[in-house]
Amino acid sequence: MAIKILEPGFNVTLQDYGRPKFQHLGVPVSGAISPILLRLGNSLVSNSEYEGGLEMRLMGPTFEVLCNSVRIAVVGTSTPIEIIDGGVVIQPANQSITVKKGQIVRIGNISDTGTAYLTIEGGFNLPKVYDSLSTYVRAGIGGYEGRALLAGDIISLNLSSVSVRGELKLNDTWFMEEGGPIRIILGPQDDYFSSSSIETFLTAKYTVTTETDRMGIRLDGPKLEHSRGYNIVSDGIVTGAIQVPGTGQPIMLLADHQTTGGYPKLGTVISADISRLGSLRPGEEVTFIQTTVGEAEQILSEQELKIKTAIENFKPADPWLDYQALYNENLISGFI
Amino acid sequence: MNRPSKNNSRFLLAGDSALVIQFGEVVDAAINQNVRKLAAIVKRENINGILDLVPTMRSLMIHYDPLCVSQSELKKRIVPLLGKGITLDDDINRWRIPVCYENEYAPDIEEVSKSLGVSASEIIKQHTSVELEVFMMGFLPGFPYLGLLPEIFDLPRRVEPRVHVPPRSISVAARQTTIYTIDSPGGWHLIGQTPVDFYHRERRNPVLVKAGDKVTFFAINSEEYPSVRRALMADEYPLMMDC
Repeated sequence: MAIKILEPGFNVTLQDYGRPKFQHLGVPVSGAISPILLRLGNSLVSNSEYEGGLEMRLMGPTFEVLCNSVRIAVVGTSTPIEIIDGGVVIQPANQSITVKKGQIVRIGNISDTGTAYLTIEGGFNLPKVYDSLSTYVRAGIGGYEGRALLAGDIISLNLSSVSVRGELKLNDTWFMEEGGPIRIILGPQDDYFSSSSIETFLTAKYTVTTETDRMGIRLDGPKLEHSRGYNIVSDGIVTGAIQVPGTGQPIMLLADHQTTGGYPKLGTVISADISRLGSLRPGEEVTFIQTTVGEAEQILSEQELKIKTAIENFKPADPWLDYQALYNENLISGFI
Repeated sequence: MNRPSKNNSRFLLAGDSALVIQFGEVVDAAINQNVRKLAAIVKRENINGILDLVPTMRSLMIHYDPLCVSQSELKKRIVPLLGKGITLDDDINRWRIPVCYENEYAPDIEEVSKSLGVSASEIIKQHTSVELEVFMMGFLPGFPYLGLLPEIFDLPRRVEPRVHVPPRSISVAARQTTIYTIDSPGGWHLIGQTPVDFYHRERRNPVLVKAGDKVTFFAINSEEYPSVRRALMADEYPLMMDC
């Protein structure tokens, strides 16, 4: 009951809901950077929404199926998946696929988004640390040996065969097309910035730099000036916080952020826009708009409804016609 | 008695999934006590939707699930709690932590001794003289901020931060002391090293201490260090005191 990693991709880690209940011990939340995608991916393969899946940024892995069969789904990208078994069969993303023993799945370059997920029916059979499978590489917590995947890793699964059912696909991919300004709520330290700096932040364009990882997205754009210095006595940090160090260039903090920090935080990205941050790639431009807590809550509950509807409206997907298998069978049984 | 109240606190916004109650903007033991008191009071209430309570030097961050509870509902539950009292010493552990203040274990002790104009042995004496309190956890998994140290430790951070601070290093600055838990950059002065892992990924509970715990350091010499470390690994070296 396992898959074997042949090519690891780039910094592919196992992620689930994360560890939001252990921040008081200094343990980062971690978990999926784009939780909506993980939830949809898991739903496509009949898992609970926050089962651990493989988070892929820039390049996905190539792996061989060692058990009877696995049902997988890649969500968040339109990059097709190659199934290699003698020949190569191309399969679309955003639907479930069943792959059999000995077949090789290749994801390759993911060029249309910052983050995509690969989920597997039944999930991975790995130990939880602080209630979570999520990998936090810096402290070697969770996932597969606390690190990103490497070639040769054999990762245990919870199922040896897929359940018998048809394949499912997403009816629409609205979550991949969400655009517009990123919505933020000012605070907790907006009073550490001049009002013209806040005005600048809310009107200017910022570019996602290559200094982007699971901890945060460093932005490049007009410098923000601190009105009361840039060292504060450390306080708590929430995912989506926009902190501004001495350079004046803002950083949006993502899932692996430190639990506390000593730079002023101008604002916080609303919960409903967190998944979008994961899709950002270096070079992309972003703008920001201010909103209120009340509006953010309204937007979140509407989004939640949209996710539920998307899951209820999964459509049957064409079963993958395994031409090679048919061909082999025909040769053996001797009729056409 | 010092207690969290409406008069010494204010709410700060931190998005739609966290709420901050701030008691001040400076390092101050009384401010920190109020933060931790409020954390204990809120915890006792078992409010639906709260995911975690993170006390820091100066404020409490309440992480919550906005799909379970709205911010205005949450605030309505918190406001009446400001003004309530609580005793903090209930659920804490007391630790006795060995530290080696010698040679390669204490790369900055000479420099600190020079800049403070006191001998290394005086620094060790002062660092081991008081029972310290864990003010907050943060920066790294299992990383405690302890204080307050005697006044001689009121020194600024290093001018040049280090890129790599080895795990288990004991550092001091601004009358506080910390223990690095994993290799990381750091700007405080390294005056010793403990053989104790305040974070160990293989341990069932990887993090050793929590905010509110009490810690007393005691000196061991560099010859003892390896054997203490071995005993700790074999789980044959008690660190906790009976409260």
